[in-house]
Amino acid sequence: MSIKNMTKEKNWSGQTMVSADHLLFEAPREKHFMTGSEVLKEAMKRCTVDASVSYPITPQSEAAHLIGELWAEGYVGTYFRGENEFGVMSSVAGCAMAGARTVTTTSGPGTLRAMENFPMWSGTRIPCQLVLMARGINSPLTIQPDNLEVSFLLETGCMIWYAENVQELFDMSIAAFIVAEMPDVHVPIITAVDGFFVSHTRESVMLPADDIALFPYNPYKAPLPPIDSEMPPGRFLRDPFVMKSNYISYATHASWQWEVRSAADRSRPYAKHFLKGLVHVTGDLDAEIVFVACGTASHQAKEANRELTKMGIKSKVVKLRTIRPFPHAELLEETKSAKYIFVPEFNIVGWLDKEVTQTLYGKSEAKIIGRPRVAGGMSMPVEAILKEVLENVKKGA
Amino acid sequence: MPKDSIKIRMPALGGQGAVTAAHIAATAADTEGYYAVSNPFFGAEKRMAPSESYTRIGTVPIYDRGEVIYPDIIMVYHPQVITMGKSYTMPFYSGIKENGLVLINSDHELVTDSDRKFLESKNVKVLTRDFTKFAVEIAGTELATNMAMLGALFGALGTVSKTAIEEGIKDRFLKKYVASGGTASLDSVIEKKFKKKLDLIKSNLETASAAYDLTADWAKEVGLEPLLDSLVQ
Repeated sequence: MSIKNMTKEKNWSGQTMVSADHLLFEAPREKHFMTGSEVLKEAMKRCTVDASVSYPITPQSEAAHLIGELWAEGYVGTYFRGENEFGVMSSVAGCAMAGARTVTTTSGPGTLRAMENFPMWSGTRIPCQLVLMARGINSPLTIQPDNLEVSFLLETGCMIWYAENVQELFDMSIAAFIVAEMPDVHVPIITAVDGFFVSHTRESVMLPADDIALFPYNPYKAPLPPIDSEMPPGRFLRDPFVMKSNYISYATHASWQWEVRSAADRSRPYAKHFLKGLVHVTGDLDAEIVFVACGTASHQAKEANRELTKMGIKSKVVKLRTIRPFPHAELLEETKSAKYIFVPEFNIVGWLDKEVTQTLYGKSEAKIIGRPRVAGGMSMPVEAILKEVLENVKKGA
Repeated sequence: MPKDSIKIRMPALGGQGAVTAAHIAATAADTEGYYAVSNPFFGAEKRMAPSESYTRIGTVPIYDRGEVIYPDIIMVYHPQVITMGKSYTMPFYSGIKENGLVLINSDHELVTDSDRKFLESKNVKVLTRDFTKFAVEIAGTELATNMAMLGALFGALGTVSKTAIEEGIKDRFLKKYVASGGTASLDSVIEKKFKKKLDLIKSNLETASAAYDLTADWAKEVGLEPLLDSLVQ
């Protein structure tokens, strides 16, 4: 398919441009049966993406490959492979600074190799999207779905959203661009899913038609103008004061760090609208047993909730859709009735348990139990969750 | 008593098409109107090395993901899963649920007396058949073993129709499909063998259908209790 000139109504691939509200909420949808990697292609196809940079690493390779197909089919403006993940994330920064709507994907060791770039992304306020298909971190070598890597990203200044399944990955990765590009937000966004559990799992998903797509990104609405021959990245990278050791340099850096975090905070109302809430609650609303989880762990908790209901035990699942910014107020509200809070996780350090504990410190009487916790890519059978719950509740009774 | 959802574990060897079979099984169940999810086990699979995939089917939404540790049904695609321990779980029936089902592709009996005692204590029924021979006789290639296994699964379940299985097979072989290098090359081998995709689909369907009938009869004969809830019409 050839690239066409954009018109007022159509983008360069001939798709009719529509608002995010129309694409996400109003356009009629049809049922498909596909994997997470395949659905990401479908999402990006509807996003009028200017640029994508890739590098292969399991489990995101299929998704990166499929976005490449979109370029070949004329949907993505430019697509190329980086030298390695560091090169990829640097190239993504370049594309986004130049005013391109840019997406990339990576996993596990790739994320860590690229690490220096993420705070640089947020510091230059580029609204690019990284779709992270979480994988364990070496060594020993693993390709399995362990989401320890997310803990490394928590303080990079980037927004982090966590999708639970194929459907949520589709909707979230579209909304991610829109929220990240809001002029008063304008920070990078990481849309995370658990590798394999989402990327390679085939399930039913509802999709709007593919002849509609988002309006393109308008870089001239950005709080920092895009680079050109006059304009350095972030507008400040050429200014001498940041290179000097003096009070102005400290103050600039400090205030900018505050500003980056405030910018991410300002995404809350938009995220609330496009994600239909920063958290999503299922089960018995007044239950004393509450699961707080994100991604696949919330799926497993929902399975546990169903089994507990069969046993006559009330429980509820508070699924966190946004991790950065963290939904403090929502979590406090939804755990009011809790006597036991379980935080099931797919990593060894319990990064979500730490976030939950910190948020509820001094504000909740509930016992916070950071279990069950599996690592190395193990699955978390519902039986393991039930055992944890029943043992703790019995102890407490 | 039939359940609202069941989990199926498919230990196989790389190249046998267990990943393909799991995907077709889920697509067929989805077509029938069930909730269904399939996923492969994730590793550096190669020919003859252990490879495993999973299908979950239910009348309720399925949240459970990943490896099936406590299966209702286990489908052993190759004797070496048992004889050489080419499996992610040992013994091959590890975690099997009460009233479960084990389908084994083998030309001879592999279940030992102690295995049988354990499985009987859990009221697990076992069917051992040479499904590869079946595939060779009907489709003319052992590469259709996975289709025989697929048909056998649905014959035993009895709640997913042959029409839905046909849709699942067509969906897999007629659509442009994302597959790993190994799977793509196997696809091309099998496509050459059949020359035309439609012949391939027809042979696959015949194999699955014959295996379906075989296990449906067997299930009646041994009094296999229904495992999965029927869809409310």
